[in-house]
Amino acid sequence: MSEKVLMKGNEALAEAAIIAGCRHYFGYPITPQTEVAAYMAKRMPKIGGTFLQAESEIAAINMVYGVSSTGHRVMTSSSSPGISLKGEGLSYLAGSDLPALVINVQRGGPGLGGIQPSQADYFQATKGGAHGDFHMIVLAPASVQEMADLTVKGFELADKYRMTSMILADGTMGQMMEPVSLEYDIKPAPEKPWATTGTKMQREHNIVNSLSLVPEELEKFNIERYKRYDEVEKNEVMYEEYMMDDAEICIAAFGIAARVSKNAITEARRQGIKAGMIRPITLWPFPKTPFKKAAQSVKQFISVELSMGQMIEDVRLATECRVPVTLCNRVGGMIPSPEMVLEAIKEAAKNGGAR
Amino acid sequence: MDYKRLTLICGHYGSGKTNVAVNLAFDLKRQYNKTSIADLDIVNPYFRTKDSTEELERAGIELICSDYAGTNVDIPALPQQMYSITDDRSKKVILDIGGDDRGALALGRLAPAILAENDYEMLMVINRFRPLTRDARSTVEVMREIEYAGGIPFTGLVNNSNLGEETTAEDILSSVAYANEVSELSSLPVKFTSVHDTVYAAVAGKINNLFPLKLQPKIG
Repeated sequence: MSEKVLMKGNEALAEAAIIAGCRHYFGYPITPQTEVAAYMAKRMPKIGGTFLQAESEIAAINMVYGVSSTGHRVMTSSSSPGISLKGEGLSYLAGSDLPALVINVQRGGPGLGGIQPSQADYFQATKGGAHGDFHMIVLAPASVQEMADLTVKGFELADKYRMTSMILADGTMGQMMEPVSLEYDIKPAPEKPWATTGTKMQREHNIVNSLSLVPEELEKFNIERYKRYDEVEKNEVMYEEYMMDDAEICIAAFGIAARVSKNAITEARRQGIKAGMIRPITLWPFPKTPFKKAAQSVKQFISVELSMGQMIEDVRLATECRVPVTLCNRVGGMIPSPEMVLEAIKEAAKNGGAR
Repeated sequence: MDYKRLTLICGHYGSGKTNVAVNLAFDLKRQYNKTSIADLDIVNPYFRTKDSTEELERAGIELICSDYAGTNVDIPALPQQMYSITDDRSKKVILDIGGDDRGALALGRLAPAILAENDYEMLMVINRFRPLTRDARSTVEVMREIEYAGGIPFTGLVNNSNLGEETTAEDILSSVAYANEVSELSSLPVKFTSVHDTVYAAVAGKINNLFPLKLQPKIG
């Protein structure tokens, strides 16, 4: 697709997955991500791929486990309550060092919650997601174009580190329509000598498993895995800085919250307040360095979130609490307005933020 | 524009049906006092006719819409006043039907009455910048699926080709050949080409039957 097309976030993500070589999709419908499944249902049969509506989210994530074991690119998608159901599978994927792409188009919670957008699964995504010591690479798109771009990136990183990549989007990103260009230079997936592709009587069996019978070995696996996570933290951090050169008030926001904040920053600048933003694109690994650096010159941070305040903890950790970090938020499916964020910026400025 | 008693707006999802339907309702209201718009979308829980409730009320346009539209009740519900569309022949109605064949299923219950009365226009909204309807053949394919599910044959096309806020006059002009091709393949006339009012002036006089649109507000 060379010319631009008008796509929903969910569709752009699905098409990008196909372009990245994903031929296997398993899922179960849930608003606001159902278009991913609907798109795959239409496209996969035409290109020799597999679309399968599983009997549940638990079944779908275990089908992902199966396909990933054979070395193929595979994905599943869901929204908040469905991701909780997939938790066990996410932990098994990590314990078996299997690459996969998992999409969470978040909606309001807890419980069944509502169908409107939310970012309240930040803790779940970035602090593990299920039992045991593990991490997922968590990517946070802020446009329909990024829904597609980060899907391609997510598959590459998953294969490179034998980990699960998660796209942590929200209902707005999934549902909004924007023009996108889906032109990618797709590199071939790396060799996967560990995959269960049949020995052809020429090698030892490959075993994909997360059970360890000997505690000393399980300890070793965990430590080795965390060495790999160190590599990810060193190499794969992504973020965007917006008007940070002379910023005295710094917004921390991702996804839809970052788009709203950009409008507020433009207006604040017009009113003579030096506001800027650091937008994490990888939520794990979290961009600690730019926040730590900003803390030397910024007077106050404002974490703008569609949650009761989750990322704010990582901002405080990254800035070592050197300057105040306040919260500007809406929850339950509501989105902070640019006016609300502007008010928070002005309040910070009044308290000495931008003197 | 001339309006039949019922104007049914169908199409591939994301083609801009709701936006076209809302704008048509305002246009119809200028000609005919007892104007209604019916939101029969059972597919899309997010962007709905109901988003324009205030503007519609202010203009005195009746909104026939499920109580659950725009709430967290995520069920494919139809409005309880649905039968007034076919029963009350004193009003003229714009019907906003959900996307694709799944959305058109909602028409099934009304189709016999609509066909019996035979005072309707069934319009297919097309957008060549949507990935699954980029050429005439795939567009007609979607069209046949909708007809089969809804039980009412199309009578015309609406060329609503657009790239959202980035749409240029060239984009609109380039879509004319596509719309004509769909027209030829389906033997249906292009009733009008709808364009955002910011681009309207740039294409006026170059395309027949232009209809200006005001885009609905979007989030972010």
